[in-house]
Amino acid sequence: MKENTVLRKTPRYFDNNDENGSTSKTTAVDKVETYNVVMKPHSKWVRKKLQIDEPKGKKNKFPGKAPIDSKKLEKHSRGDEIGKGVRHPIHALKLKKKEIKYKYAQEQAARADILLTENAGYLQVDEDHRTTGITQKAIAENVDITAATKIFELKLEFGPYRTKYSRNGRHLLLGSKKGHLAAFDWVTKKLHCEINVMESIHDISWLHVETMLAAAQKEWLYIYDNTGMEIHCVKKMDKILRMEFLPYHFLLAAVNEYGFMSWLDISIGEVVGHYNNYLGRTSVMTHNPYNAMVCLGNSQGVVSMWAPTVKKPLAKILCHKTPLTAIAVDQRGMYMATSGVDRSLKIWDIRNLDGPLQHYKLRSSATDLDFSQKDMLAVGLGEVVEIYSNCCTQTVEAPYMRHKMSKSICNFKFCPYEDVLGIGTSGGFSSIIVPGSGEPNFDAYENNPYQTKTQRKEAEVKALLEKIPPELITLDPFEVVRVDVPSLKDKLDAKSKLLHVKDKKIDLKIKHKNKGLSNIARKKIIKANARKEQIKNTLEAQEMLDLPERQKPTQSFGVLDRFISKNK
Amino acid sequence: MSGLKIKVISRNPEDYLRATKRDIHKIQRNYDPTQHPLEAPREYVRALNAVKLERVFAKPFLGSLDGHTDGVSSMAKHPNRLSMLASGAFDGEIRLWDLTSRKCTRNFIAHEGWVRSICFTPNGQTFTSAGDDKTIKTWKSEVENPDDEDPMNTLLSMSVVSGVSHHRDKPIFATCGEHCQLWESTRNEPVKVFKWGVDSLHHVAFNQVENNLLASCASDRSIILYDCRETAPLRKVVLELRSNALSWNPMEAFMFTVANEDYNLYTFDVRKLKQPVNIHLDHTSAVIDVDYAPTGREFVAGSYDKTVRIFETLKGHSRDVYHTKRMQRLTCVKWSLDNKYIMTGSDEMNIRMWKARASEKLGVLKPRERTALNYADSLKEKFAGHPQIKRIARHRHVPKHILNAQKELRTIREKSKKKEANRRAHSKPGAVPIVPERKKHDVKEDE
Repeated sequence: MKENTVLRKTPRYFDNNDENGSTSKTTAVDKVETYNVVMKPHSKWVRKKLQIDEPKGKKNKFPGKAPIDSKKLEKHSRGDEIGKGVRHPIHALKLKKKEIKYKYAQEQAARADILLTENAGYLQVDEDHRTTGITQKAIAENVDITAATKIFELKLEFGPYRTKYSRNGRHLLLGSKKGHLAAFDWVTKKLHCEINVMESIHDISWLHVETMLAAAQKEWLYIYDNTGMEIHCVKKMDKILRMEFLPYHFLLAAVNEYGFMSWLDISIGEVVGHYNNYLGRTSVMTHNPYNAMVCLGNSQGVVSMWAPTVKKPLAKILCHKTPLTAIAVDQRGMYMATSGVDRSLKIWDIRNLDGPLQHYKLRSSATDLDFSQKDMLAVGLGEVVEIYSNCCTQTVEAPYMRHKMSKSICNFKFCPYEDVLGIGTSGGFSSIIVPGSGEPNFDAYENNPYQTKTQRKEAEVKALLEKIPPELITLDPFEVVRVDVPSLKDKLDAKSKLLHVKDKKIDLKIKHKNKGLSNIARKKIIKANARKEQIKNTLEAQEMLDLPERQKPTQSFGVLDRFISKNK
Repeated sequence: MSGLKIKVISRNPEDYLRATKRDIHKIQRNYDPTQHPLEAPREYVRALNAVKLERVFAKPFLGSLDGHTDGVSSMAKHPNRLSMLASGAFDGEIRLWDLTSRKCTRNFIAHEGWVRSICFTPNGQTFTSAGDDKTIKTWKSEVENPDDEDPMNTLLSMSVVSGVSHHRDKPIFATCGEHCQLWESTRNEPVKVFKWGVDSLHHVAFNQVENNLLASCASDRSIILYDCRETAPLRKVVLELRSNALSWNPMEAFMFTVANEDYNLYTFDVRKLKQPVNIHLDHTSAVIDVDYAPTGREFVAGSYDKTVRIFETLKGHSRDVYHTKRMQRLTCVKWSLDNKYIMTGSDEMNIRMWKARASEKLGVLKPRERTALNYADSLKEKFAGHPQIKRIARHRHVPKHILNAQKELRTIREKSKKKEANRRAHSKPGAVPIVPERKKHDVKEDE
């Protein structure tokens, strides 16, 4: 610690030359100034504090990184932090370090949102109006020319059409009940092929690239290329009613007239799963993009979820008491919409299958349902398509949009990465604009609408290398990264492999304890309770009667009163 | 309708397509997890592919240095030139090699009988060799005129010399034979002689970090530690069987690993010699030589079972095993100072060069290649515990004699385990305690 430091002016080499300087020197010596500087042991910090004399109230010029919106962070979250119960310090430290990395990745991903170029579409009107009444004509007048070209209609004469968009939303496939099959780039309206297969087509599907398409015809499944040439006739799959293509597994899932489910691995041409679902004929089918399960709805109102390697449904839920007409599952695999012939529409939380989140009553039973990328739900009601937005988390009164047609609707699909809904009808195909339904920003490594031929080839090879085996289709897709806790049976098996240990006999069958009591026991309890009640009542009644008696003055014995028993 | 505001996604293709054919493709990214479904199974498949590719590309053998006319007995790596290697043979010949061109630059007969050991001086200008003829010769690494081909200095020892090791910075080197002797290059007599009632010592190694410390392996199954400033040896560890070679960890100066006759390697901490820090199993015959990687994380061991194994310092089993059809009993191994290559000398007159990491790509990596490899590595690490991935990553093809020997050793080990467990099961609880592998090996420490 230093105290009373005397500050003197140090002599300079020019002091002697300058006479004025010498006078000033004497004054400096005469004037002794005292400074009280308290130096603490960590003098380094003290000095630092002394040096920085920032004017108060001024903002820090470099406050560091910009804060991130918590909603954006939440979007990129991969779950909560783990490692709370880890005992060993080394493993705890390892996990902690890993968590720091995950957090950093999450932040960087959230920060990268600023680089997204496009904004989502919207539809706004005055407060006292509803968006329901806005017609396609009004929309076409209010949007730019390129967007307006997305409203179009194809008048075709081969009966009800089914439609499907390719995964990047660029190509459209039409298949009619009367055998008309057409594939085209709907943005440029360039036709790839148009054939009539001279058989009924029940369902159609794009395969992993837009050069291959599958059509479920009267007898068998056919695969065509984009020029309309027949590449394969898959006779293992017959009389198919509905198909779904699982792009990351390269599986074409199908259900046929007799209730047989089959999964065809289109990369090797092998059927990886084929069994009867014992649900009978059903044509209500969709797939959950979150976990690649196939959802089937049957005539009893039950939705069941199927994987190729398990011959029983992995989940089942009774949705309606009437036959189902349509199912749809949203992109994130959170909500499922079902509709039955009882005109009701229910929204379910798939990961927690109890009780519908929403229950709507429609004007007529829905013919088809489809979720868009931004969670808008299109509902087909005869000749009208109604589009609901935000209908899963809250109850909505009116549809977001309504589109009427003069033909009956067969099916419809939202176009990925576009604000477009394509409707297959009995009289052809019509495309309408639904602002805000599509995801504005695509990821070019997943789906690229502006893909070139070489990029497509490259992506095809990459996708084939990353083909997920069918065994990994489970209810929870993250099961493969969870800790595998061995079951009691596994543990016992491992122990029995050790030759020196006698295996304990443990009955692995779960004994269902009778949760309910037998009738006699129940009666006994009721009787006992009744008896208790009665006794209680009589006691209370007696007390009420006794009270005046106790208040009677008693005979006094003087000092000996203390021996009289006291009343309670 | 009044107040109608509509916005529809309408992309300008120019923003997404490259302007000219010479331009690079524009890649729009969106990291939203909903755009990348099935993240976990896809990563798993990528990890599976990465681990399969690792095994596909695992081609560790780079080439052999051919020229010796008898088995290679010893090798020495140059302290500051990666391409230089000196090797001695059983017929007394020493060869100097240029590893980049894989050619012999110089060869001469140095000793009568074996060249027992070679070691470079720290500056790399000279190297010392010890032979069966009881001489210790110092040679120049570079030949500029014909005189340089003769030894600079020849020392005559009274006893057999079987090992030589140089001090890190002083002009002192140690030899072993009957006793451990310290020499100064300018004197003809040893400066110091350390004795501890031992018949013979067959390996000596200076610690290159804690540079006054040295250790030697003796024929009475012991490892002796010395300090070159003291007059007497420091201490001694006696193992069950004889140790053949010893290598100090270059990063952790207090650790050393010995190659033992009982098929195992033992890592010791000099501060606690009572029990080994780690035991490295997997060889199926006596381990002849061991050498640490410059990182101190791994070491290579050559064995009499005709295989080279690479161990991680902290793990009990080998990370990799190298063998060829023609490679015979190993006599010496060296890990190059750039941590990339392994040199092995064997009985059948060849020196072989291997990659230290079997599937590593040699040469310069492009940035995209590097990121792809890093990504693959982290995926492999993330999914390392999955049975399928673990099986592929662990699988090594070994010759039949190794496979049979492994099987035999396994049955022997299992038998004793089973017996012990049975004894434990049928005696009073606590009477037969569970002893960890590290404590099982009988180690005695003397001072």
